[in-house]
Amino acid sequence: MGHASKPRKIRLSTTPTPEALAELRLGDVVYLDGLIYTAREGVYKRALEDKANIPMELPGESAANFHCSPAAAINEDGTFRLGAVTATASFRFSKWIGQWMAKSGAKLIIGKGGMSVKDYQEHFVPNGAIYLTTVGYGTGALLGRGVKRVKTVHWNKELGLAQAMWVFEADNMGPFIVESDLAGNSLFERENAKISANLEKVYEGTVPAVLKRFGETDDRSDEMIG
Amino acid sequence: MIPIDIIQKTAETLMDKAAIEIPQDYLDGLQAAANVEDGDLSSFVLEAMLENYKAAKEDRRAMCGDTGTPRWYVKMGNETRIEGGPIALEAALRRATANATNGVPLRPNRVHPLWRTDHDNNVGIGAPEIEYGYEPGGEWIDLITVHKGGLFGTDYRMLFPSDGIQGIKRFYLDCLVAFGKRGLACQPAIIGIGLGGCKDTCMVLGKRAACLRVVGSRNSDPRIAELELELKELGNSIGMGAMGFVGKSMVIDANIEVGYCHTGGMQMSVHAFCLSSRRAVARVFADGRVEYRTDPDWFTDYQRRETVEWDMPQNHEKSA
Repeated sequence: MGHASKPRKIRLSTTPTPEALAELRLGDVVYLDGLIYTAREGVYKRALEDKANIPMELPGESAANFHCSPAAAINEDGTFRLGAVTATASFRFSKWIGQWMAKSGAKLIIGKGGMSVKDYQEHFVPNGAIYLTTVGYGTGALLGRGVKRVKTVHWNKELGLAQAMWVFEADNMGPFIVESDLAGNSLFERENAKISANLEKVYEGTVPAVLKRFGETDDRSDEMIG
Repeated sequence: MIPIDIIQKTAETLMDKAAIEIPQDYLDGLQAAANVEDGDLSSFVLEAMLENYKAAKEDRRAMCGDTGTPRWYVKMGNETRIEGGPIALEAALRRATANATNGVPLRPNRVHPLWRTDHDNNVGIGAPEIEYGYEPGGEWIDLITVHKGGLFGTDYRMLFPSDGIQGIKRFYLDCLVAFGKRGLACQPAIIGIGLGGCKDTCMVLGKRAACLRVVGSRNSDPRIAELELELKELGNSIGMGAMGFVGKSMVIDANIEVGYCHTGGMQMSVHAFCLSSRRAVARVFADGRVEYRTDPDWFTDYQRRETVEWDMPQNHEKSA
């Protein structure tokens, strides 16, 4: 493979110290050790809007919130079969993330595609948290290998398997890429800015659609995910 | 008469294969992209994906945790009869989908749109979709399962003849740039483009172009084939690679399928079939023989026919 240089690889605990987080740079590749739990819209709504008690000790047990539904099944005897693990797009959870961080003490938000710089500045920076993105997407089989065992699953009856709160024991689980740092910078935004510089040339000669529709935008800075 | 138990058993095997084994044509396409990619981060991502496909096969686990929304494309020869008829066939495909969801396991993605009810088996109202096609001659059934993932990467625009090829390019770029940012389209992908039809058929054409054609196949109309290659190159010149990082691998292949449309319009749809291009195919014969493959071979001359009549005997061998 061409002339690409290799990114830095780092092992990180799922209850990381502020010093360990401060070490991380955008684009570093991270492998995780410790407990990780999944929480997405189902868990957020239940914990934050319905005020249900979170069935874990957070952030003591884990400060790593994975936006994920695994490809997994619960056997009749209550044991688990876990196959692949990948993330779901995180920007949809913007409305809950600040409140969730305050309540859970999460320091690592793991997902797909990152969140907006506004979210990083408003919620991540004050809480000393960073965002790790999954790779690909997605390296589901590799991440599945990194799960030593499923510790338990909470709220599967209430929320279904896909939205339940799964708790994994991670052992050198990865790869993940550092998307935001403690200062709230975003790797995706940095890359977007570089790519945007070339867009005018790529678009040269193409024409806007004859039928302009209300709700569509030609302003690139106006997109939901910039 | 095709035995129904063999249909169900084959369908279960296909569910497993689709989720776990990346089709060779896509793998070759991705390897070729990895060979020329020189963006640091994009390169790392493609290497990780190649490693991931190996891990999936070795462990017999799904290659991606989002195992998509399983659906079936069923094609039959003109002489085909199914034991128990079409109702038994649909029941067998629903059973195979539910069994494999628990067996592989797959993620039970399918929920009610309003009540979010999840049967934990990927079966529900209209799920899995089952679509049909027919070919002149032959007594066989092709079972094709596609587990296309994703909430992103698909869009529709009503273009008009005056928009022309430049309007097509514009919408194509709009889709790739918008959904490629942050890698939401899970690129590099097979991009399917539907042109013409009505709005619903345009979406169907684009989806089938993405999911039912292999990497490297070309439309039988040479001018469309040329446009496919042009669009592939255009997509890879954006400067965007895997995960929306700087790079040059956005499109593994661009496939166009067309349908006759309203004289005033030029409907266009774009679909991205992701890094886990899950598709698996088997042909079951009346004697119970099963042949597995990864090429759906959906778009035959018969499927793309323009004429009122179809000369059965002359085209029998070619299409069967």
